[in-house]
Amino acid sequence: MAAVIFQPDPLVSAHIPVEKYLAMYQTMVLIRRFEETANELYMQGKIPSTLHLYIGQEAVAAGVIAQLRQEDYILSTHRPHGHALAKGVHPRAIMAELFGKGTGACKGKGGSMHVGDIRVGMPPAIAIVGGNTPLAAGAALAFKLQKTDLVSVSFFGDGAANEGVWHESLNAAAIWNLPVIFVCENNLYGASTSFKSVFHVDQVAERASAYGMPGIIADGNDVLAVYQAAGEAVQRARKGDGPTLLECMTYRQCGHSRSDPRTYRTREEEDTWKLKDPIAGFRSYLLAQQLAAENQLQAVESKVEAQIQDAIEYAESSPLPEPAEVTTDVFKE
Amino acid sequence: MPSMTIAEALRQAIREEMQRDERVFCIGEDIGVEGGFGGAFTVTLGLSSEFGHDRIIDTPISEAAIAGIAAGAAMAGMRPIADVQYADFLFNMMDQLANQAAKLRYMSAGSISIPMVMRAPVGATGRGSQHAQSLEAFFTHIPGLKVVCPATAYDAKGLLKSAVRDDNPVIVFEHKLLYGSKGARSEKGAISPVGEVPLDDYLVPFGKGTIRRPGKDVTIVANLLMLYRSLAAAEIMASPGANRPIDAEVIDPRTLVPLDLDLILESVRKTGRLVVVEEDNLTNGWGAEIAALVSECSFWDLDAPIKRVAAPDVPPPFAPVLESEYVPSEQRIMDAVLSLF
Repeated sequence: MAAVIFQPDPLVSAHIPVEKYLAMYQTMVLIRRFEETANELYMQGKIPSTLHLYIGQEAVAAGVIAQLRQEDYILSTHRPHGHALAKGVHPRAIMAELFGKGTGACKGKGGSMHVGDIRVGMPPAIAIVGGNTPLAAGAALAFKLQKTDLVSVSFFGDGAANEGVWHESLNAAAIWNLPVIFVCENNLYGASTSFKSVFHVDQVAERASAYGMPGIIADGNDVLAVYQAAGEAVQRARKGDGPTLLECMTYRQCGHSRSDPRTYRTREEEDTWKLKDPIAGFRSYLLAQQLAAENQLQAVESKVEAQIQDAIEYAESSPLPEPAEVTTDVFKE
Repeated sequence: MPSMTIAEALRQAIREEMQRDERVFCIGEDIGVEGGFGGAFTVTLGLSSEFGHDRIIDTPISEAAIAGIAAGAAMAGMRPIADVQYADFLFNMMDQLANQAAKLRYMSAGSISIPMVMRAPVGATGRGSQHAQSLEAFFTHIPGLKVVCPATAYDAKGLLKSAVRDDNPVIVFEHKLLYGSKGARSEKGAISPVGEVPLDDYLVPFGKGTIRRPGKDVTIVANLLMLYRSLAAAEIMASPGANRPIDAEVIDPRTLVPLDLDLILESVRKTGRLVVVEEDNLTNGWGAEIAALVSECSFWDLDAPIKRVAAPDVPPPFAPVLESEYVPSEQRIMDAVLSLF
């Protein structure tokens, strides 16, 4: 059972409502502008610690999560802002968390790498590489035992596929037919280590055959390809037909974290991928296919700018956590 | 009131909790296989025919996934009881327990809870270094986890039921020599305390230790197998034939997180002497923590230095003569007590 390269079907795309297109476009622009803004605020010293920016990978979060319900779970990584925004965690809550404010998504106890909001189906992001895979499988087991048709999604980078627990989790999900989608965002680097230097297969999705589950490769910079491929995987899971390993080929346009000079890759490679920018590409597509007019897209972009400004003002004006809060929330009484 | 072994009492607790609450299920290796063992020490024997394989879930040999799947299911509203064949295998699960289960509530600012139970057998029983360690101290050092050590059949049922109903991750350490496992799974040198276990729905609360033997001369704090060795040592020391009869008070802490410090302090105020006995390695053990707490809180009540009796700082050995040297004996406990007088 070899991995399959997913080809989006134009007929399926033609049946996607226009509102869905615009919603995915808005999500992608929101992620991009949020990350660019967070980076500026970090450079100004307003955000402590470091940031792992999602710029360049927006189509994956937007396309996959557009197939989910609010009650479905997503499990994220150390690079979680895009997933959180797409799942509906409020930009205010994420920005305030980056600032270390008491009004943040985790009241300042999580930070950039742990943003989430369980009310919209996103537990705190898991910043141990591969660490979220059994949690996603476990949530899927719960959904199955509860006889719901909810699903869970584990997002992870290519690096996670070399963790032992990843293997254990995919195997368990497969033998129990769990409603979980394993979404690999293959951005070609685990920190500075290239994919090719640590994999002796061409694609992560090839490993799906080792677990007897479908392995699908999608163009992770094409939101419609991601949306359609994820749609098939989510439907399989909801129907009780088990998990899918969906590998989205994409590129991390920025460095691994804010201190990364990117000397392990060439500017030419980066430029090549920037030509395949997921947002610019989708924008051109929407205009060319006459799915949206220029002024409609500008309206979306203006709306996003207002959201970003609102998030900044909220974060800046929010109070710091009370120092005494350091000892709360360890145990539930 | 029926008499039960600890294994039977644990099984009864699981049965009652699964009958009471649809969300409770068991997950682990070899726990429900027909013709299998009912877990490494028979605790879940027969439960898969009562509850079916959807609720007694046999897993691949994938300890990290067992812990992580239990945590994920707990996060999504279930109440898993995960079976660890030997506590040493908790090391395979460490990221899922220490980084995920223990931290998710804090990282979510209290919006998530992880009501999961890990059952893990401890104790050196002739199996060499990797199926023998007592790991209580490791887990007392991880904020967000509770640590429970039932030493009697009554407590085994009541503490496990409390663990299932607790909204936090709980590790229940069970001692291989106390289970009373029968047949092919019986243990050489087992003590197997059989006790009366009510069939009604009772709980043993966390953070409440108990005095297993009242006394006035010295306080001994000991858990699991060491509790029984301490009680035996206390009887020998109290016998009229002894050179200088000593009346030891023996405390079973029952749970290490949370710890019933008040009970220990109250006893030390009475006796003025404290010996802590653990099967764990000596350095940075939970005994060291109790010694530190008592010296911080009750230093002026002490008439002698606090003594720890523990395994030496070596891995558990195999040869019976070496293992006997490793696990604290009644004689070592008596030597420690006598050195205080």
